[in-house]
Amino acid sequence: MAAHSGCGGIALPRPEGNYGEMTIALPARTERRGFGIDVSKPVLYGFAVILCLLIVLPLSWLLLYSVTDAKGAFTLNNFYRLFTESSFYDPLVTTFILATSSAFICCAVAAPMGWLVARTDLPFSAIIRALVTASFVTPPFLGAIAWELLAAPNSGLLNKIARDWFGMAPDQHLFNIYTLPGIIFVISCYTFPYVFVLVANSLDRTPGELEDASSILGGGRWYTARRVTIPLVLPALLAGALVAFLQAMTLFGSPAILALPAGFHTMTTKIWSLFQFPPKPELAAAASLPLLVLTVILLRAEHMILGRRGYSVVGGKYGAPRLIPLHRWRWPAFALCLFVLLNPVFLPYAALFNAAFSPVASTFLTVHNFTLHNVNFVLFELSAASLALKNTVILGTATATIGTAIALVIAYVTARQAVTGWRALGFLATAPIAVPGIVLGVGLFLSYTRPPFVLYGTLWILLIAFVTIALPSAYQQLQAAFRTIHPELEDASRILGATRLRSLWQITAPLLRTGVIATWCFIFVGVMRELSAAIILFTSETKVVSVLIYDLNESGDLGAISVIGLGMLLITFAVVIAVNRIPGFGNVRFRT
Amino acid sequence: MRDSRISRRDVLIGSSALAAGTAFSTKVMSAAPPASAITPQLIEAAKKEGKVVWYTSVDLPLAEKIAKSFEAKFPGVTARVERTGAERVFQRIGQEYGSNIHAVDVANSSDAAHFIVWKKQGLLEAYVPEDVAKFYPTEHKDPDGMFASFRVWVCIIAYNTNLVKSEEAPKSFADLLDPKWKGKIVKAHPGYSGTIMTATYQMQRDLGWGFFEKLAAQNIMQVQSSADPPKRLALGERAVMADGNEYNIFQISEKGGPVAPVYATEGSPLIVGPTGMFKAAPNPNAAKLFTAYSFTPECQQLIIDVGGLRSMHPDTKEKPGRTPFKQIKVMKDDPAAVEKMSDEIKQHYVKIFHV
Repeated sequence: MAAHSGCGGIALPRPEGNYGEMTIALPARTERRGFGIDVSKPVLYGFAVILCLLIVLPLSWLLLYSVTDAKGAFTLNNFYRLFTESSFYDPLVTTFILATSSAFICCAVAAPMGWLVARTDLPFSAIIRALVTASFVTPPFLGAIAWELLAAPNSGLLNKIARDWFGMAPDQHLFNIYTLPGIIFVISCYTFPYVFVLVANSLDRTPGELEDASSILGGGRWYTARRVTIPLVLPALLAGALVAFLQAMTLFGSPAILALPAGFHTMTTKIWSLFQFPPKPELAAAASLPLLVLTVILLRAEHMILGRRGYSVVGGKYGAPRLIPLHRWRWPAFALCLFVLLNPVFLPYAALFNAAFSPVASTFLTVHNFTLHNVNFVLFELSAASLALKNTVILGTATATIGTAIALVIAYVTARQAVTGWRALGFLATAPIAVPGIVLGVGLFLSYTRPPFVLYGTLWILLIAFVTIALPSAYQQLQAAFRTIHPELEDASRILGATRLRSLWQITAPLLRTGVIATWCFIFVGVMRELSAAIILFTSETKVVSVLIYDLNESGDLGAISVIGLGMLLITFAVVIAVNRIPGFGNVRFRT
Repeated sequence: MRDSRISRRDVLIGSSALAAGTAFSTKVMSAAPPASAITPQLIEAAKKEGKVVWYTSVDLPLAEKIAKSFEAKFPGVTARVERTGAERVFQRIGQEYGSNIHAVDVANSSDAAHFIVWKKQGLLEAYVPEDVAKFYPTEHKDPDGMFASFRVWVCIIAYNTNLVKSEEAPKSFADLLDPKWKGKIVKAHPGYSGTIMTATYQMQRDLGWGFFEKLAAQNIMQVQSSADPPKRLALGERAVMADGNEYNIFQISEKGGPVAPVYATEGSPLIVGPTGMFKAAPNPNAAKLFTAYSFTPECQQLIIDVGGLRSMHPDTKEKPGRTPFKQIKVMKDDPAAVEKMSDEIKQHYVKIFHV
């Protein structure tokens, strides 16, 4: 994602406050004389208002509901029930175990892999990156369904193979996906790309000169890693752990598919069950607040651990990172990466392929039993499919475009501290990460089903939900991109008389190009993956593919799901490749 | 069978209603509108609207087949199926109508209690297709002409024939509590499925909640739709299903799948799935056409032959090889009681099964 240019250049750990002061200290008034009116301020404040509408409105409704009873009177009884009834605190404990374990596993797997790919002469590292991208674009709920096909205790394909190989009894099994460890495993499969990408990108951006300097001064390889490389990557790793934790905590699809058959709830499925008929939104609102509080605490903790350290690593020019030779460990390392990727990519897609073309999902596909029955059903009989597909593509494109635009502006404002109150803007843009999609869905439902904003039943309400959900990660990605571009480049342009917008357009935008495209694709993929808010907000006319798949799963139509899932992957890749080929954007590799 | 007492009002209603007079009392007849045939004018008007949206809880592949057969019969009118569990259909329509969104034309639910609620709320259109008026027994149509029994079936026990020998298969609900079935049973959810909601009502009434408490101790696999347990059996994921659709078992076993039905000695819960159209239907003529088509012998024979369902239309034939409906011992259905108890049933169920 980093902008590549020649060699040379420096990277210095730098207190965050410094460059901000420099920007603010510029003589702002001279601009008006030079190039007419600087419209940046009104634009920036406009975005602040949009953010408030997007986030504050639904959250206010949620807060209000959490302290009211069914009749609308003030009460704290919802919270009392939350912490005294085992049907509430059991899921809370389960969720905590789930999220912690997933975050730990993700870091343990993704960090070494990220290092291997970015910093060593690992063979085919581009293929490894592409495969991680493939696991990222796989919706977690689809992965969960695929793992049902693979590791359900009796009908799972892996268990069938195990019985064949090890001569186990018909009712014995090797794997059982309908357990807490099973769910942790599946969630980790589709969360580790977040950590991988953050670590690998951070290593990509870290110039080799610092490490060179360390070794020239006599530091051994291990010493250099400990004192230079690891501290430089630590912010990314911590951010990765945090994202993994929050993902695992707020995920709805995978636990709904795997935990409910096993007879237990996580927080998200519990909240969802509270919206089933007869809905109890006040209890659900209260149940979502612990998740919100926990997230805020974690974000604060991350901030405290990282302290005031920030790194500007793209000044003007910098050198490509030096690759560490693995020698005889090259191929074992490659094999290890492939083994890890077996779990989120090869096995699940093999299972989906098998289910798509075999007569029964748990039967192994052969030349003799090959059938197009499921393809036929999805293409010619499933009457909801074409509408859902159309809605999904429209929403994906619109959300990605609008979301990237908003995130870009906010990231700029906070990275350059361009308006007073930028901290609040940054907080608002990050806040939705603390709100499980399903809870946001209900907040939006409460906000937009009554006048003056009646948006329920239209694609608009889904667009708002998806933009809000996409905002935190889009904002963080772009903010990270901004942080690596030193403001001195903009400052130079402004000293020479350009307005802020002109410097943005001519200096910053070209440097950010890759980051913007990556963010666009990231959001588009996110819309394909999104289920938890959509499941509250859809109507029959505004159904999306993820909801369709979830519907099909609840009635056990696994063959149809497999066909749609494979089709979804094709569409996603087609869109991502097409966007990367848009003329003017240049030919940029997409790294998640 | 025509009623001998003909009131003045009946005469005013017109000859078609009179022709339709089967076993009605005059009082009942006075509320329902006259029977409507499928006329060329209706077909023409439906074609102008071009589509019909059908909310249903029928198992999806079957629902799509019904829609396709409608489209084949009336080219120019497409039928879109919105399929989910009956309890979700109910929630969905409630949520949409609460926000003034009128997307549903025709609904079919596996929880007959929903039609009691919709009728009370004044959402249903009184529309009596000719077939319903002429052929359907009184207990299978609304006296005010707002809905009739599109499909009837039972919620049954079944087993995977590869995993269980027929002589070892459970014969009754009580048999399911045998420790040998621990970890081998799959069952569906009354919070999702209207079939299971209706069945759970009848079973707790006849067998008591104690049965469910003991069943929960068997480590059951909990799925959502009543169409899913038969499919899990076919996969070989579980050996026995404690509840689920008889019609899915027929569909699978007649295609060679390794499943077989069991009609419990205590009686199998009887499920009735009515169809009715909505007053505020966005495509009112197509809605009428679809509703009328639903009750024709043609469509009813289709749901028997392809779907494995039972029909109340006397002009249909049961498929050989299936246990005739009359020979099955069923529990008594009582939609009015289900309507009163549905929240209580869901809560009690969650308490026992945790999800």
